[in-house]
Amino acid sequence: MKSGSNLERVILSGQPAVTAELGPPMSADGHEVVKKAQLLKGNCDAANVTDCQTAVVRISSIAAAAIAFQQGLEPVMQMTCRDRNRIAIQADLLGAAAMGLKNCLCIAGDHQSFSAAGRLKGHPGAKNVYDVDTCQLVSIMKKMRDNGLQEGGDTLEIAPKFFIGASWTPMGDPIDFRPVNLMKKVNAGADFIQTQGIYDIEGFRSQMEKIRNMGLHERTAILGGIIVPRSGMMLKYMDSSVAGVSVPKSLIDRMMKAKAAAGDDKKKARQLQEGEGKKITVELIHQVLETPGVRGVHIQAIEWESAIADIVKAAGLYPRPNIPAE
Amino acid sequence: MIVGSQKPIDEIWEMVKDFKKILVFGCNTCVAICHAGGDKEAETIATLLRMRASQEGVDMQVDHTSVMRHCEPEYFDPVMDDVKKYDLILSTACGVGVNFLSDRTGIIPVYPGINTSFYGAVPEPGVFEELCAGCGDCILHMTGGICPIARCSKTLMNGPCGGTKEGKCEVSDEMDCAWYLIVERMKMLGTLEKLSEVLPPRDWSTSRDGGPRRVSMEHIRAYEEKEGEKTETAGGKKE
Ligand code: SF4
Ligand code: SF4
Repeated sequence: MKSGSNLERVILSGQPAVTAELGPPMSADGHEVVKKAQLLKGNCDAANVTDCQTAVVRISSIAAAAIAFQQGLEPVMQMTCRDRNRIAIQADLLGAAAMGLKNCLCIAGDHQSFSAAGRLKGHPGAKNVYDVDTCQLVSIMKKMRDNGLQEGGDTLEIAPKFFIGASWTPMGDPIDFRPVNLMKKVNAGADFIQTQGIYDIEGFRSQMEKIRNMGLHERTAILGGIIVPRSGMMLKYMDSSVAGVSVPKSLIDRMMKAKAAAGDDKKKARQLQEGEGKKITVELIHQVLETPGVRGVHIQAIEWESAIADIVKAAGLYPRPNIPAE
Repeated sequence: MIVGSQKPIDEIWEMVKDFKKILVFGCNTCVAICHAGGDKEAETIATLLRMRASQEGVDMQVDHTSVMRHCEPEYFDPVMDDVKKYDLILSTACGVGVNFLSDRTGIIPVYPGINTSFYGAVPEPGVFEELCAGCGDCILHMTGGICPIARCSKTLMNGPCGGTKEGKCEVSDEMDCAWYLIVERMKMLGTLEKLSEVLPPRDWSTSRDGGPRRVSMEHIRAYEEKEGEKTETAGGKKE
């Protein structure tokens, strides 16, 4: 056992793992984190706590993860390379480990220009850091854990023991390089992988075939990403604007049909679409889990954490396994 | 070359409006090529400032001149006596020129007339592109000749992020994704397998994180010293 985290134990048990996502609020509202943690607790093996996603300032991943942990929800602290150099990264890792956190997901982070979207002003003029990139961050965490060394070579009397994760966009451009991209993260030391949201099952399966041929599915635990659709518009937007995500027309049509069935009744239109969205999610979960080489699912209900309990139950993934620590 | 662009004239006016005798000082190398700070642009700025001064009823003398380069003393030394007659020098050289001159003008301030942006090339007339960030430890042999430090919005070293879309960067549809270009180029060169290796964290001390950098070429300095001695002896000046 590398970290002894619940997520690691479930993965090692061979049962399909379920992770969810908790988005911290844009103010010092700790209760919001508590509320979301309560919604997710028991419905997943661990929940990612995002790190200023879309470069919007929110309660830091590490603090929100600590709150979630106090609530009995195992967090996967996310860490971007955007906002910290290797000094801050390692300091935060030591602190997180000292507080009992055991999972960390390494990501590049959305560019700061993303923060000024919609009605938000954001901080598009911020200076980004990128002292290290995702692969390098993974390797730093592994070196700390397995060799008891800081990146610079100084020894750690007590090493932070993280279960190390990284993200992967299976259908991103340039598509034939994406398997190599995953291989590099695995070689660097990624114990588990959470993928970008998958709607195009055929595309995902063809990438997974390459991954199996490379043997990567045995060296890391791949959790297929599912983004819960909430409306037809959301699916259309993701299809046209989110990199590495393509949504089959049949799914968009299903959501639009659900919307149309409500006529002019906006409230009903929302309910019908949300219902259809949950149904689609359950189907996707099954299709992803049936794909050879996949060891679990990462379900993201963005700003809709309350949907997770229903989805996990409907997918037959409830209750979550209880595997005691050694 | 170094690429820059003119500052808005209102901004320049705010900087200079309290001075009485101003020299707009152009540089005729890089910044002339990018139409930001050569002799022609220095002249235009001087004209605009004179017009503005008369509009605002301010008594101000504005002249212009230029030299080939602001970054080597031999070019501006000959005009230094004239330059020092002004109470402000508005340099339209790149930031290097402004700094270099400023270190040598004593009590006369040197202000920037342009915004210096990057080292770039001219893919077509009127277009300038950043291609190198001067990191001090070149890795272009490992990335197909395409620089991920200057050209990837996140200076990623080990491949594209998840934001690449149809060859463009997540920051803007107008921006090529450097990693898309690197992968395509290395495919063409048949060297894609080089990218399989994980590049370790970089030592950024060769870049500007190590403080201002200086390159000293000892062989050239030794040669110059020897030549100097020779001429001095020949001229009978020694001792
Ligand atoms: S690797 Fe460094 S020196 Fe080479 S092109 Fe890029 S920024 Fe310039
Ligand atoms: S999209 Fe490409 S250029 Fe832009 S940050 Fe990602 S890898 Fe770098």
